[in-house]
Amino acid sequence: MRKILAASLLGLSLSAAGLANAEPVKVGMITTLSGGGAGLGIDARDGFMLALKNAGATDIEVVTEDDAQKPELAVQIADKMIQSDKVDILTGIIWSNLAMAVVPNAVAQGKFYLSVNAGPSALAGEKCNQNYFNVAYQNDNFHEAMGQYANKDYKKTFIMAPNYPAGTDALTGFKRYYKGELAGEVYTKVGQTDYAAEIAQIRASGADSVFIFLPGGMGIAFTKQYAQSGVGIPLLGPGFSFSQDVLAAIGDAALGVKNSASWAKDLDNEANKKFVETFQAEYGRLPSVYAAQAYDTGNLIVSAAAKASVKDADAFRAALKEAKFDSVRGKFKFNTNNHPIQDLYVREVVKEGDVLTNKIIGTSFTDHEDAYAKDCKM
Amino acid sequence: MSTALIIEQLLNGLQFGVMLFLMAAGLTLIFGVMGLINLAHGSLYMIGAFACAVVAAATGSFWLGLAASLVAAAAAGALVELAVIRRLYDRDHLDQVLATFALILIFSEGARWVFGSFPLYLDIPPVLQGAVSLLGGAHYQLYRLAIIGVGIVVAAGLYLLISRTRLGMRIRAGQSDREMIAALGVDIGTLYTVVFALGAALAGLAGALVGALQSVQVGMGEPVLILAFVVIVIGGIGSVKGALVGAILVGVVDTLGRFLLPKLFAIFLGPAEGATTGAAVASMLIYIVMALILAFRPKGLFAANT
Amino acid sequence: MTAGAMNRETLFNTVLAVLLLVLPLAAVAIGEPFYVTLATRMAILALAAVGLNLALGLGGLVSFGHAAFFGIGGYVAGIFASHAFNQEPMLFGFEGSDQMPVIWLSAMLVSALVAVPIGAISLRTSGVYFIMITLAFAQMIYYFAISWPAYGGEDGLSILTRNAFPGLNTAQPISFFLICYGLLMAGLLLFWFVRNSRFGAALQAARQNEARVAAVGIAPFRIRLAAFAMSAAITGVAGALFADLNRFASPSMLSWQMSGELIVLIVLGGTARLFGPVAGAILFVLFEFALGGLTERWQLFLGLILLGVVLFARGGLIGLFAGKARHG
Repeated sequence: MRKILAASLLGLSLSAAGLANAEPVKVGMITTLSGGGAGLGIDARDGFMLALKNAGATDIEVVTEDDAQKPELAVQIADKMIQSDKVDILTGIIWSNLAMAVVPNAVAQGKFYLSVNAGPSALAGEKCNQNYFNVAYQNDNFHEAMGQYANKDYKKTFIMAPNYPAGTDALTGFKRYYKGELAGEVYTKVGQTDYAAEIAQIRASGADSVFIFLPGGMGIAFTKQYAQSGVGIPLLGPGFSFSQDVLAAIGDAALGVKNSASWAKDLDNEANKKFVETFQAEYGRLPSVYAAQAYDTGNLIVSAAAKASVKDADAFRAALKEAKFDSVRGKFKFNTNNHPIQDLYVREVVKEGDVLTNKIIGTSFTDHEDAYAKDCKM
Repeated sequence: MSTALIIEQLLNGLQFGVMLFLMAAGLTLIFGVMGLINLAHGSLYMIGAFACAVVAAATGSFWLGLAASLVAAAAAGALVELAVIRRLYDRDHLDQVLATFALILIFSEGARWVFGSFPLYLDIPPVLQGAVSLLGGAHYQLYRLAIIGVGIVVAAGLYLLISRTRLGMRIRAGQSDREMIAALGVDIGTLYTVVFALGAALAGLAGALVGALQSVQVGMGEPVLILAFVVIVIGGIGSVKGALVGAILVGVVDTLGRFLLPKLFAIFLGPAEGATTGAAVASMLIYIVMALILAFRPKGLFAANT
Repeated sequence: MTAGAMNRETLFNTVLAVLLLVLPLAAVAIGEPFYVTLATRMAILALAAVGLNLALGLGGLVSFGHAAFFGIGGYVAGIFASHAFNQEPMLFGFEGSDQMPVIWLSAMLVSALVAVPIGAISLRTSGVYFIMITLAFAQMIYYFAISWPAYGGEDGLSILTRNAFPGLNTAQPISFFLICYGLLMAGLLLFWFVRNSRFGAALQAARQNEARVAAVGIAPFRIRLAAFAMSAAITGVAGALFADLNRFASPSMLSWQMSGELIVLIVLGGTARLFGPVAGAILFVLFEFALGGLTERWQLFLGLILLGVVLFARGGLIGLFAGKARHG
């Protein structure tokens, strides 16, 4: 009985996709499901699985494993998935340092890698690869969008990030488009959770706005302390620090914060409505930008698998590159370096009933490309 | 650089130090009395924060949450002492390190199992919102001042407890000669459980107080744990006074380092380069201080007998 | 300890050594190359722990910072390879190297050179102070690696093609495994040799009774410092191999959890036993692999197992099979 049901579902999805291709696809999902960063990985996994479920894609098999946010473990799992599980596609990694460890090796072995989140600059530029597709963004994008937006209202911004490559990249990205003066540029310790010293500097700096890139617990801690300190200068940041997964923990302190992202739950298109609705129904919470990116990744695989066999790498690659799927971000296409060309929005944290969430208040860039595509020779 | 900013930064250092003291006091007591090195102390800090967040969310009262954090951490401490720690007193440090390392894994994954993977919400109580004006035009957040106050009260309370009460007498006796107090007919098992629960409660208190400032999530305890170890090693393991001095030293050095070093390096290297290099040195600063102190005083500043 | 127990331990060791060699060869034969990677990981972690075992097992020096040397070895491999690849001179016109023997020797040298000052300060202390100060030094290096932009900071450093070994194709998993296995055996031989030497006897005597050793005119400090540096060098080589296995060096190799894991390997297998680290590494990697495939809560179960071993199975795996060790 179940088999018949599955078969008819499969039939449905195939007819929906138009062109039938029966070759099953095996996807290896490596993501962070344990430890402090697990919230992001769980959202990505859930978004990805939801895409397959909504598309009725029973011919796509997924093996999922936890990388515990450790690069060595991620490498080991990737080796296992390639050598033992014989997957065709790898995906799921959240963190840039893990992506840097896994992606070059995986694509060198002829596998496809589709990034649901991390987009380190090296992989977008010189070390780009035809089998590496980033469905999310290049790391600098959200920061660039905020730098561009800040030009409108602010002349003297205080900028801050953790002292590691993603942090320096973030501030570089911001400065690439920001034309005003910097009231200060501060790098904090990775994993730092007390920002009293930095907040005192912000207060004393005479800034008219503050831009921070502090992912995860660091951002929660900073935003709460910043609101409590009563400094009151407008706070700006990339969407990561004010994404749905952390808003509940920040609480009302996040209200009014402007942040940039490629997606928000109120983005007006059919695919997004269905995504938000089904995600809430399935998991009982609002999706984050990580879930949205993973959902798009799932749909991208479904669309490519309907066009070409994954065993025919060239045809499958071409099908991926076409990106003919209904993105929850509205329009979506790949640049020459297989990174997205997409619109970037500025969102504001608002309260809907009891729930904190993001609302789009403006567009920062339309059809934005990353700064590294020109270094990519493919 | 104004006086107000410097006063504010010194207070920040003091507040950070006080928070470290709450962690370090328990660690150093437990080591002093039982000779046990407890890596899972950070987990008790996490338990305090989670208990406070959950109870505060359910009742709407931060104060009930704070009480819950003390109870939950003390209870968890007592339970762990009875079930596991008790078997480790006569083991060498290696076994203790390993068993409590295992406890970290168990507590962290256990907490994630119970509370989920997403950080919890905890805010400071309404009475302590806002800032006060201080001398020299400095502003300081009321809640952080309150933490400093709590730290002073705890330090004074511990001093009185150890010097004036019967329990304190036993603790002192335990620190100087473990066999002797058993011979004196003190129920040593109960004493150990009480001391462990006391240390756990202090860690839980720290977790709850800090949880309201930072984020309540799995893994929040380990970075603080490592700093607390630095504190007690600088202060002299087993000495509560050493823990207090060490904590404030680490708090102030770390805060001022983060604040001043980037400015210092910027003079030579320019703003962007100076900011990153200064921050890099600042993140290593307390370990450098610790190495220097131990190079000259291998048993810390106020060595108790070990 | 009885002669029977000795024989049992020798037998057990032999079985372990043969098993670790035969399984990957069999895996290749049946076309499951992933198990070669797993076995390589076991061999490398075992070698790192053999290094630590020298300080911890023989010398009683509970270093909670050996990840520092593991990571340094890894970075030596990464940095040498990246300079060789890009043909950029690093120091004094030296252009790095992608030859494993050069990298190994350098990793040993650099690890030992870093270990000498760390040891010189740390060994002035003992007991808990020693545990904590070694941890603090490792943290210092960890934060340095994260915030040092030249070699990737927290993103780590990729090794694009695995470094070369004369006469072998290291890109083949099985060849690389054999290299690691060979080095593990060399490490074990060195450990055995040290344990049975006069130096080793003095080191162990210093652990058991410091005053007596000092009384016969041996300075425990120097012996310990030498053992600490030697131990760091072995762990450093393992780090270089680990970076080559993953084709990646990262600050997480320097993290305090890594130091903890190295200790775990030793105690799981059996402290101060010749093959303790080997047994521990095999067990640990198997746990991680099997539990990780079963449940995302595997760290909880790993914790429970570890706790069980510490509380109820003193002497580790080898202790279970071969009885109590000579060192009580």
